[in-house]
Amino acid sequence: MKINWFKSASPATFYPLAGRMIPWFSTAAALLCAVGLYVSFFLAPTDATQGEAYRIIFIHVPAAWMSMFIYLVMAFWAGIGLAFNTRLSSMMAQALAPTGAMFTFVALWTGALWGKPTWGTWWVWDARLTSELILLFLYLGYLALTAAIDDTRRADKAGAILALVGAVNVPIIYFSVQWWNTLHQGASVSLTRAPSMARIMLIGMLLMGLAAWMYSIAAALSRVRLIILEREKNTAWVREVLEREA
Amino acid sequence: MNWGSWSAFWHMGGYGLYVWGSYGVTLLCLAGEIWLLGRRRRTLLARLNQMLRLSRQNGNETPT
Amino acid sequence: MRIFFTLVRRDLLVAYRRRMDVLVSLIFFVIVVSLFPLGVGPERETLRLIAPGVVWVAALLSAMLALPRLFAADHQDGTLEQMLLAPFPLSAIVLAKVLAHWLVSGLPLAFMAPVLGLQFDLPTSALLVLLASLLLGTPALSLIGAIGAALTLGLRGGGVLLSLLVLPLYIPVLIFGAGAVETTMMGMTPEGHLSLLGAFLILAVLATPFVAAAALRIALE
Repeated sequence: MKINWFKSASPATFYPLAGRMIPWFSTAAALLCAVGLYVSFFLAPTDATQGEAYRIIFIHVPAAWMSMFIYLVMAFWAGIGLAFNTRLSSMMAQALAPTGAMFTFVALWTGALWGKPTWGTWWVWDARLTSELILLFLYLGYLALTAAIDDTRRADKAGAILALVGAVNVPIIYFSVQWWNTLHQGASVSLTRAPSMARIMLIGMLLMGLAAWMYSIAAALSRVRLIILEREKNTAWVREVLEREA
Repeated sequence: MNWGSWSAFWHMGGYGLYVWGSYGVTLLCLAGEIWLLGRRRRTLLARLNQMLRLSRQNGNETPT
Repeated sequence: MRIFFTLVRRDLLVAYRRRMDVLVSLIFFVIVVSLFPLGVGPERETLRLIAPGVVWVAALLSAMLALPRLFAADHQDGTLEQMLLAPFPLSAIVLAKVLAHWLVSGLPLAFMAPVLGLQFDLPTSALLVLLASLLLGTPALSLIGAIGAALTLGLRGGGVLLSLLVLPLYIPVLIFGAGAVETTMMGMTPEGHLSLLGAFLILAVLATPFVAAAALRIALE
């Protein structure tokens, strides 16, 4: 079971393992992205109402999916680290955060660029986009808090509490924002009301989503290796790694 | 195939700015993240190697 | 139970000795609310429209500014660490401190708000709902804020970092608090909004003391 595996996996054994996995995930990401882009641009037809502008969803939707998925995974690993005192779990959580924040930003940026030609404004206060914005604040809060605490154990644990509180609050926040949106606008402007999905469009989004997922794993593994090196720098095995790589 | 020509492809039915603005910024973010990771790794390894060299020097200078 | 109320009384006494701090939050509230007409223009219709949101956001910010006071004083003189070792449950201690904190920071805000609402020409029904929504909302804000205050205990950049952590979590309370007043102004009943605020409050009372206590332990170990 994954949890037991992490309980017994020490940073020392995980470091080379992650190193071997990264090329596989990077390649998978690149391939999936290439196929996804091909489908998005050359196979998916032009949309009747939105014209070519709709092709932005092939980035916007996968980015939004990843931003939420990564937050949950981050909160999960942080929680494991808090509950079982496993160092690697907490490191994994910290490794995931920047990538998650990046995808959130991409989702917001592409949302704005999609909104302008479609609805006429650079920002649309619909439920999904507003929730994405709040998610970005949650990510930034986590990054800020863990950066502000020098003691790594305290940083890990405090970050875990914050991530878990955030994760629990995400449905509450989403529900509140949905309510707020319908109360004020009558939901006529909504990015969730995407063009009725031709199946090929859905396939394009799924491919790009998978590509984003593979990329995230590769990025997080790379980053966790760096965090491991930083934290374990005084151990013998790190010395050996340095001498080997010199 | 959707596009009559390459220029039609870049033009994106008039929405080129928005579509390529999206894909472009995304590419920038991904490239940026990868580059930042690389830079973090380089500076970290340089610093750790320097620490290693210093500790070895100090170890050799200590009279036994 | 007696210990609980002794703690509340003690914190109230400490707050009384630092009356100025308490008053400063209230004055901040008044100033911020007054800034909006200066920024937006004195047009009555506009002001009436934005009033619920403006008063609520200002109350939120004032509540947040008062948060570091929750644990800072006891942290500085070592009392907080003693509290950790006490045989009394830490979550109950947190609840007592938050109650005292709310009595001197949140409660005055709630009663000040209708007065400020008059500046925005709000009808009486809206003023009453404003009071009710803040009476239900500000304790929830104090409780949620306690988690943030515990997490950022003793950190450099404390206050600003605290805002970044806590403001996203405040958003649901803001939406339903201001929404209650807006619904009243539209002629409908605010019952739904106020019930939800009540539900948030109950959830907060049940859950946040434990989380804040865990955060305190992490900050102090």
